[in-house]
Parts: sequence; structure tokens; C-alpha cells
Amino acid sequence: MSSNAIGGRTRIVIASDPLAVRQALCALFDRLMAGRMAEDARDTAQIVLAEALNNIVEHAYAQTPGEIEVTVDVSPGGLTCWIMDAGLPLPDSALQDTLLVQPQPGDDLPEGGFGWHLIRTLSDDLDYRREGGRNFLTFRISAQQYSN
Amino acid sequence: MQLDCTQTQDLMIVHVRETRIDAAGAIDFKDKMRDLTAASQCRVMLDLSLVGFIDSSGLGAVVAVRKSLGPDRPLELAALTPAVEKVFRLTRMDSVFIIHRDIPARADSFRDVV
Repeated sequence: MSSNAIGGRTRIVIASDPLAVRQALCALFDRLMAGRMAEDARDTAQIVLAEALNNIVEHAYAQTPGEIEVTVDVSPGGLTCWIMDAGLPLPDSALQDTLLVQPQPGDDLPEGGFGWHLIRTLSDDLDYRREGGRNFLTFRISAQQYSN
Repeated sequence: MQLDCTQTQDLMIVHVRETRIDAAGAIDFKDKMRDLTAASQCRVMLDLSLVGFIDSSGLGAVVAVRKSLGPDRPLELAALTPAVEKVFRLTRMDSVFIIHRDIPARADSFRDVV
């Protein structure tokens, strides 16, 4: 993992690997962000970023190794995040609609499919585009957490 | 993934001694839970007081453990931290699990390290 920070902006490049994702999240949220965001907003940001990075590791780079570039900008209004990878595109090169069904104790409970639901529920200004063989995902986390 | 176990007569409390249940540790968590809970047939409660973060892979692993225990042995959860509570609530899994605010105090006196 390599990283550099200029002002409120931090850029990290990691290998596409679950352990590298964990290390990046710990570096960002336990150290860099400590004290710079309210705890609730920080939790929210970590959940969204974790799901976005896990998706890239599991799907975009499912067949090949690769690198993920994460840029995070923290300001008084909240956190903005840009993620870039050179893996496979999302299906149809677009964000998919997600639908979470109310799980029932007696049903065959789902063990997955929560990731995009969490990203969509918790982030603002979510945007994805495919350009030049790369995936670009951006989102914002407001410093003010009201209902979530 | 370190899991300690407290066994009382009718309840097994598994204490997760990790700060995260995430994609990097989900399979290990599932395997260790299966080994621990295979030994008895009593209720199982998961002490999550040290777990400050869970992702959807970790949540999936907890769901998988619940399913492996079978319908007559529901997995109970205790002492969720705010980030973990948030993930359970937003995925509506909080309605599926029995969730306790705290772990039973008396459990400390029965602690066994596994």
C-alpha cells in the first residue's frame, strides 16, 4: 500500500486483495480520519468504502490481480471518495438497482447481496462510469448523519 | 480469528476477540464457529462487544453460522457496537436475530479459553 496526503486529501493505492483492503480501511479510518469526522459519519464512510472495495476485489478483479486507487477528501461538509480500478466493468457498465427484501427467520436467509444496498443507502451522489478500460466510482458521505 | 468460549449449563457464549469481521476473515470466522458449536447442542450467543466493524461478507458469515446451527438453535447476538448495529439494521437482519444489549454478567465466571 502506498499513500500520500495533501491538505484534506489522501490517495492510497492498494493491491486487489481482502487483506490489503482491511489495511487500507484501518489506515484511513483508525488513523487518518480519527478526530476529523464524527464517529457516526466515519462508521458510515467505512461501511460504504469497504463494500465498494470488496466488490472490486470479488468481481472486477475476480480473474486477475490488479491495483485499486482510492482518493479521499475530507472537508467540514463530509467525505468525498473516488475509486479507480482497471478490472472488469459492472454489468451493462452501469450501477444496478438493488432491492432488499425483508428477511424472514423461517426463510432461506440470504448470505450476500447486501453490498450495493449498503452503498446506495448510506452514500450521496453515487456515480459510476466506465472509461478507457477503467472503472470510476465516486460517492459522498455527509458529515451530518440524520436518519441512518 | 480468535474466539473464546464461555460454556454454562444451557448457553454457549462465543466472545469474538477481534476488532473486525470482514471479507479477509469471514471464512475463518465461519470455520471456527462451526468447530466450536459442533461440540454441544445448547443455545449460542455471540459476544460482539470488541467488534467495531463488520462488512457484508462478515454479515454473510454470521448468517451462515445461524443457518448451520439449524432452526431449533437460533444464534443470539450481544453487545453490538454502533457500526455493527448499523449494518444489521440497514440490511434488516436485526429483525431476524435475537439481539441482547449486554452479555450476561455471570458468564465471566465460567470462562474457558478454547
